[in-house]
Amino acid sequence: MRRRDLISPGFLYYALMAAFLYLPIALLIVFSFNDGRTLTFPLKGFTTRWYEQMLGTRELIDALWNSIALGIVSSIVATALGTLAGIGVSRFDFPGKRAFLALASMPLVIPYVVIGVALLLLFKTINPDLQLSLWTVGVGHVVINIPYCMLIVASRLAGFDAHLEEAAMDLGATYWGTLARVTLPIAAPAIVSAFLSSFTTSFDEFAVSFFLIGTESTLPIYLYSQLRFPSRLPLIVALAAVIIVASIILVIFSEALRRVGRPASRTAEA
Amino acid sequence: MEYAVELRDVTKIFSDRSAGRDVRAIQHIHLAIRPGEFFTLLGPSGCGKTTTLRIIAGFETPTHGEVLIQGKSMASAPPNVRPVNTVFQSYALFPHLSVRDNVAFGLAVKRVPRDERLRRAEDALALVRLPGQGRRKPTHLSGGQQQRVALARALVNRPAVLLLDEPLGALDQKLRKEMQLELKELQIQLGITFIYVTHDQEEALTMSDRIAVMDRGFVLQVGDPVTIYERPQTRFVADFIGESNFLSAKVDSAEPGRVGVSIGGRRFFAQIDGAPVSPEQNVTVTVRPERLTLHRANGTGEAGLVGAIHEIVYIGTDTRYVVKLTTGERVVARIQNVAGRGLGEYRVNDAVSITWSDRDARVLTG
Repeated sequence: MRRRDLISPGFLYYALMAAFLYLPIALLIVFSFNDGRTLTFPLKGFTTRWYEQMLGTRELIDALWNSIALGIVSSIVATALGTLAGIGVSRFDFPGKRAFLALASMPLVIPYVVIGVALLLLFKTINPDLQLSLWTVGVGHVVINIPYCMLIVASRLAGFDAHLEEAAMDLGATYWGTLARVTLPIAAPAIVSAFLSSFTTSFDEFAVSFFLIGTESTLPIYLYSQLRFPSRLPLIVALAAVIIVASIILVIFSEALRRVGRPASRTAEA
Repeated sequence: MEYAVELRDVTKIFSDRSAGRDVRAIQHIHLAIRPGEFFTLLGPSGCGKTTTLRIIAGFETPTHGEVLIQGKSMASAPPNVRPVNTVFQSYALFPHLSVRDNVAFGLAVKRVPRDERLRRAEDALALVRLPGQGRRKPTHLSGGQQQRVALARALVNRPAVLLLDEPLGALDQKLRKEMQLELKELQIQLGITFIYVTHDQEEALTMSDRIAVMDRGFVLQVGDPVTIYERPQTRFVADFIGESNFLSAKVDSAEPGRVGVSIGGRRFFAQIDGAPVSPEQNVTVTVRPERLTLHRANGTGEAGLVGAIHEIVYIGTDTRYVVKLTTGERVVARIQNVAGRGLGEYRVNDAVSITWSDRDARVLTG
């Protein structure tokens, strides 16, 4: 049985997809430990010096902290707004709800470059003297992350009986009491998941940041700026390897959270 | 007398935005439910019974009319301040809370001290025969157990009125029957007014003190189970509750409480409750299948209506004979399978005549 599974067409399709997706990443990780300045085979031997050098580079560490702070702050705002919108679309009926959903999901399909330019234009229109900074990048990241947060929370709530909130009110809870005691707790795993996926997006994001950044750097911006120096290439590879591994861990964690205690996982007893 | 719940001329109109029209869910509902009563709203899906219940609970606002609970108008009272609790069809147990915390939810909201809360939750669980199950998560319970938790969660608040929306709908037949008896016992024991929504006529007859039969947003008849079954006022009620035969008839004479009618050229007497009738009026006469008596017809001077056996169905306790009358109408007779009666008594195409007692026939005008 097992052997048949291995040669089944399904497995071949999967293997092809996985190779296409992960071969470059695997290569990246392999070369980050390669003791040589050029990214060519044959490999020259194992080293961790690129990682050591990375930790010793002041601007890189600054950019890393910037990215982390930016990710945390912008994700908190995006998650808060997205959660409210998600509760709104899944628990209430209001005039123009479909139009609202379409509008709120729009940033999902607008290219990030366009969002970056549009926001730059907006900032400069509001205040021509505005200094671009991490804050302006943060606003951009909130914009691109709200729709994801909204959809993650809304899809979680859609899996739960809308009578739950009625039951809470029937038992004496006010609207706010119901929100605090029922709606938010059942949405909680989705809220955490929304935060993590926002953070991942923000951490990796280049296009919007590139338009809205001031004098500081985020990690992706720093990476890009270092590409001009061939001697820095192995260092960038090591950094990219770190980012990809951290991102994968976060995404896996956030996906696992979305599945916590969903009604779909209930055994068929009823 | 102060009623537990009173609905005065309540109408609910939903505006269906996508269809661009209004839906009249319930229309001009008048109900007066007495304290301690087991009152059932019975009707097919879409008849407005659940809407009526949701208006009493406060989840819907009436478009017109007034709801009073214990004599007080509920016009501006949201669900959380009404002295009622609801058992939902889907149970709506909080999946993130343990069984005990589910049951204690209402008490926690009212800031009842923790010790009392736990004690009362455990008492309520014992009441619904789930003692010591408090630590489990509701998703790990069977459907029947979840149903009991939902019941305990409502009862622990000692509501004046308990609203139950098809609470047994998701259970299998056997469990349903058990729970019907248990619910009824519980209601008598606690003395709480129950307002019970169901589409199951047998359930309604078994449990209720009084039944309101609903159809298309209207209450057609309110009465105790015996009255509803024995003296239906409209064809819908006679048809929906139990099984009925309907015969076209013409009024011969109208006396107080008794009407002479001719059916298929023969004269009968029937009872009447509804609107008065006058001679020559075309009416419908209804008789229950189990009140009919079959006789072997020998072709001369039969009493009753004459016809032939068309179909025979064995249903365990009874045999169901479908008789095709000489008038072309079909009549169903149920004969109990006892001591040589019922099954095997007649064969298909046997000529039979059908009779009944005057008091078992009713004239319907609605």
